[in-house]
Amino acid sequence: MLLESMYQEIILDHYRNPHHKGLRERYDAEAHHVNPVCGDEVTVRVALDRSNGEVTVAEVSYDSLGCSISQASASVMADLVIGKPLDDALAIEKEFLALMQSRGRLEPNEDVLEDAAAFAGVSKYPARIKCALLAWMAWKDATIQATGARYDPSEEPAS
Amino acid sequence: MTITEPAKGLLDIEAIRADFPILSRKVRGGRRLVYLDSGATSQKPRQVLDAEREFYETHNAAVHRGAHQLAEEATDAYEGARAKIADFIGVGDPSEVVYTKNATEAINLVAYAMSNAATAGPEAERFRIGPGDEVLVTEMEHHANLVPWQQLCQRTGATLRWIGLTDEGRLDLSDLDELLTERTKIVALSHQSNVLGTVPPVAEITRRAHEVGALVLIDAAQSVPHQPVDVRDLGVDFLVFSGHKMLGPSGIGVLWGRRGLLEAMPPFLTGGSMIEVVRMEGSTFLPPPQRFEAGVPMTAQTVGLAAAVDYLSGVGMGCVAAHEHALTSYALEQLSVLPGVRIVGPADSSARGGAVSFVVDGVHPHDVGQILDELGIAVRVGHHCAWPLHRRYGIVATTRATFYLYNGLADVDELVGGVRHAQRFFGTV
Repeated sequence: MLLESMYQEIILDHYRNPHHKGLRERYDAEAHHVNPVCGDEVTVRVALDRSNGEVTVAEVSYDSLGCSISQASASVMADLVIGKPLDDALAIEKEFLALMQSRGRLEPNEDVLEDAAAFAGVSKYPARIKCALLAWMAWKDATIQATGARYDPSEEPAS
Repeated sequence: MTITEPAKGLLDIEAIRADFPILSRKVRGGRRLVYLDSGATSQKPRQVLDAEREFYETHNAAVHRGAHQLAEEATDAYEGARAKIADFIGVGDPSEVVYTKNATEAINLVAYAMSNAATAGPEAERFRIGPGDEVLVTEMEHHANLVPWQQLCQRTGATLRWIGLTDEGRLDLSDLDELLTERTKIVALSHQSNVLGTVPPVAEITRRAHEVGALVLIDAAQSVPHQPVDVRDLGVDFLVFSGHKMLGPSGIGVLWGRRGLLEAMPPFLTGGSMIEVVRMEGSTFLPPPQRFEAGVPMTAQTVGLAAAVDYLSGVGMGCVAAHEHALTSYALEQLSVLPGVRIVGPADSSARGGAVSFVVDGVHPHDVGQILDELGIAVRVGHHCAWPLHRRYGIVATTRATFYLYNGLADVDELVGGVRHAQRFFGTV
């Protein structure tokens, strides 16, 4: 059944027991994104570490309101990027974005995406792609701000 | 065309459904389509589709110009549709009916006419608005009947005020005397909430608005399609609705306004078709309704909407209302006994239309909608363009079922079964 391909057990687990949820005090920048279609919202805070000549994602925390897909996606996103060199984290984001825009035609790269590969089924439902991307876009926005650059919302996919 | 069953007030929906080709298609791998999203847009009967096709195949031309036979026939069709639509809402003078793209544009037309009044002639005095003046809306408005007024206030320095809601989902009229004063220039409210289903006491509010000299506009997008509406009974000054929610095509809506008011109003959109004399230095404009219909207008859509009016009149709007009332009562009864399901809006079916919005504990509306969709049930999820209303009730979103003349009790049963399925799927029951 198509529904089970969307609501993978991994997604439901993250939804019921989200990781890293709750805003923490340590952050360099934060971003608040909403899905105007349904009113779902997420606030993501990012702290970067520049100690060893390499920029690392030191901490990501978030607060969110929304459906199972958007909640689970925030949890998976935080798991995936925390502790990673920033370039690697941005590469994962790029990979995830490509998967979500594939309308189910891409095989997810599980080595890179890990739990986020479970969202492949979601990409078959255009109305839900924004749900899956909400936290990722907020993270990217906060991260770019934390690096001192300006976030360009026009780079977000129209969904 | 249809046979009613007076005992239950239900229409013979099999005969009606046969007129709607889309209702017999299958969705999501062979499921029967259970269409419960008519509040967003209605499906179209073959008679409406045929009328549009017939217009394009035999009469198509630009209206109100051209010296040829087709132009004459197209103009007759366009104006004939206007007369039919006017009659449908109890309007004797078709020139009081202005075609717009939809209800949203109709509201913007009035709001922009009010700010344009600042630079129009003395006849537009009544519409001038500025600092110290107020616009009164309600907390249950669709964004279409809220944002244009916020913007009007922003452009002119006027103040927006609003009537709040009770916990039961009705308008809180306890402080109406403080909200409605001689400062109020216009009151804009919904004739039927697209989320709560609530039908406010429009005639009473209108009477009190007129006592203080305010104009009254009602957003009838959710009432004209579903119940008999006669502007003479309501006493309002302006009424707007959309064709696509009442079996008609998209791209056609209506602004009705009292003739004296329309005559005094400056135009909103300007250009061809709406002018009287044009010189390089400036222009004068035609009387209403042409003054408000700039450019080559939608024409096949007016013919389609007239066919929709014929279709609804054939069934009888009283019968449509009784049918939906029976469905709404049944849906409220069935949903309210489900553990973990809460209706947002009046729980009883009096002074209430057929929008049934609800929350399911522990299951987000997007997820409810997804599970229902898998079962072939089409509902709306989200804030339904009424974000402040949802905020008032401390919720982000709801799931909404809306009914029309082609829905039956079996559709309600499918909805209730689908909600239970969603609860089981997410393990909340």
